[in-house]
Amino acid sequence: MEIGRYSMAPLDEIDVAEGLRINSLMADSQQPIPDPDSWLDEEIRRNVLITTVDYVVDWARSRSIFPLMFGLACCAFEMIGTAASRFDIARFGMDIFRWSPRQADLMIVAGTLTWKMAPAVKLVYDQMAEPKWVIAMGQCSISGGPFKESYSVVPGINRIIPVDVYVPGCPPRPEGLIHGIRQIHQKIVKESINKE
Amino acid sequence: MAIRTEPFVLNMGPQHPSTHGVFRMRVTLDGEVVVDVEPVVGYLHRGIEKLGETRTYTQIIPLTDRLDYVASMTNNFAYVLAVEKLAGIEIPERAEYIRIIMAETMRISSHLMAIGFFLNDLGAMMTPVLYMWREREKLLDLYEMVCGQRLTYNYMRIGGVSQDVPEEFMPALKKWVAEMPRFIDEYDQLLSQNEVLLARTKGVCILPRDTAINIAASGPVLRASGVKWDLRKADPYSIYDRFDFDIPVGTVGDNYDRYWVRMQEARQSVRILEQAIAQLPEGEVRANVPHLLRPPVGEAYGHIEAPKGELGFYLVSDRSIAPYRFHIRPPTLINLTALKDMVVGWKVADLIITFGSIDVCLGEIDR
Amino acid sequence: MTTALKGEQVARTITKALPDSVAAADSMSVVVASQSLYQVAEFLKNTPELDFDYLANLTAVDYMGYFEVVYHLVSLEHNHSLVLKTRCHGRDKPTVPSLVKIWRSADLQEREVYDLMGIVFDGHPNLKRLLLWEGFVGHPLRRDYL
Repeated sequence: MEIGRYSMAPLDEIDVAEGLRINSLMADSQQPIPDPDSWLDEEIRRNVLITTVDYVVDWARSRSIFPLMFGLACCAFEMIGTAASRFDIARFGMDIFRWSPRQADLMIVAGTLTWKMAPAVKLVYDQMAEPKWVIAMGQCSISGGPFKESYSVVPGINRIIPVDVYVPGCPPRPEGLIHGIRQIHQKIVKESINKE
Repeated sequence: MAIRTEPFVLNMGPQHPSTHGVFRMRVTLDGEVVVDVEPVVGYLHRGIEKLGETRTYTQIIPLTDRLDYVASMTNNFAYVLAVEKLAGIEIPERAEYIRIIMAETMRISSHLMAIGFFLNDLGAMMTPVLYMWREREKLLDLYEMVCGQRLTYNYMRIGGVSQDVPEEFMPALKKWVAEMPRFIDEYDQLLSQNEVLLARTKGVCILPRDTAINIAASGPVLRASGVKWDLRKADPYSIYDRFDFDIPVGTVGDNYDRYWVRMQEARQSVRILEQAIAQLPEGEVRANVPHLLRPPVGEAYGHIEAPKGELGFYLVSDRSIAPYRFHIRPPTLINLTALKDMVVGWKVADLIITFGSIDVCLGEIDR
Repeated sequence: MTTALKGEQVARTITKALPDSVAAADSMSVVVASQSLYQVAEFLKNTPELDFDYLANLTAVDYMGYFEVVYHLVSLEHNHSLVLKTRCHGRDKPTVPSLVKIWRSADLQEREVYDLMGIVFDGHPNLKRLLLWEGFVGHPLRRDYL
């Protein structure tokens, strides 16, 4: 639980401050943030030798990711289904969904993001320690989904935070999410080449 | 020597383990005792009511799926009933029976989920949820056979259902229904006499009968407080008057009663399912309804007994292909008015489990 | 089966007790002038034959000339229901009396109608936005909001 400041102020002040934060975030997020794609850079890959230690570290890191539970709407139920016994995400080393962003390195945003929730997403993303990755699960977090024209929906979470893997579907099947997680594993192993 | 204390405001923010979605509460605490609770909602407000005004009547059906995403077909059912009431459409018998089968299986699944997450809040981390999920996965296979989707079905149409069930469906459904009483007995045996559950939920956070009626609570929250009001018996819609079932009613209105009512309702749903499968007739599953429906000028309020309460749709038509006004009556937002009454004077841990016993679904509260 | 009471019948009963309060009545609903809404609601709740103790639904519709606030009332004892409506005019802060003291279920629903339609409920203890944030400009569910 986050403990707010010792506050005896009338609660309306908090509402007004939150509203100002949301309006300013809305004004700042008119362009999507470009996806991190430095791992695609061919030049660097040809010119840098990696050591076995780097490779082993990244292999180990990719096999023991701690995901952060950020289920917002319907896709959260397919995410819980992936973690349940039938599709079993524990065989990839990810069985404990952490609740605190300080202990997690993969944020799976599942569900529709609204402007009212956007400052919270940004705060949680900023609290995660490097290295961190983001999966956008479901149509609503990729582009706004069926609610794109609405007055209060963010058209895609890449307006607020950079996204590594997009998993389409409404909601995506658990197999689809597991495919997305396998892509993240491959991305983590490749990224070590270009991180220096 | 007196220690100086003062109450402080704690923010249980939108991202939190026990909030069942993006829900925020501002809790004023005096030590560990709750003095005031203010729910803050709107973190999932997607503007479905406004979007509905620019979509045709059939295009709104997938939007209604996303309201209560745990039991999606009941939302479809309520909406389609409201439109049929507005336009005066009769639907074939087989479609009625298929709709009831879908609605009752969704009720069992939703109540098991509610009990599982309620126990999650009590501290049994994920084990009951995984047990309940086992049944739900078998049910999701059945739904996939029928309409191809696991979570948001878009199966009901104005005038019936979208397509007939395949041949493999009925034997698989009969097998599932035959096994269900044994599983519900297993959960009952494991949970209902558990000392931790009894000690933490009996007599805790009581909702009195008069308050429950005044705040227009509905569903298991109302029935746990001793009011025998279930829309399937009081105002039967579809063909519920042909089935024989009971309505479990609680006595005190505490957390244990809300859990117990859900468990018994799952058993009654199994009874209805057995009767519906035995009586299922042959025939068409969809009435002949024009593609772009233009209902006559007027308004209609159609409501059903969804697993979470009374889900209603209010539609106003002006003879065009889209509704003039589309309003959703959310059962859980109105049940949430009771949270402050129930929780003041109890501790923070009781706040969390009481909130779990109301069984909210944020998609429906915020629409 | 819940009987939906006929509007004209209930209108006659109301007019006998509170003259000049009913503006119109048709077979489905009773339209009441907004100044006498509170007294009519109290009458409907306290009369033993009507006994409407359950406010099932509260919503508002924007017809461009006026706003119409719709209440769906149910009596659990007698198992009958009624649709009560009232109208308010003007686009800038239209006002309707609040019924929170009679039925507490109106609390959050009136806040939502204020948030999305802009109708002010006179006498509500805590009228602020529910679903949108403070600082949002406009009321989205009005017909002239783009």
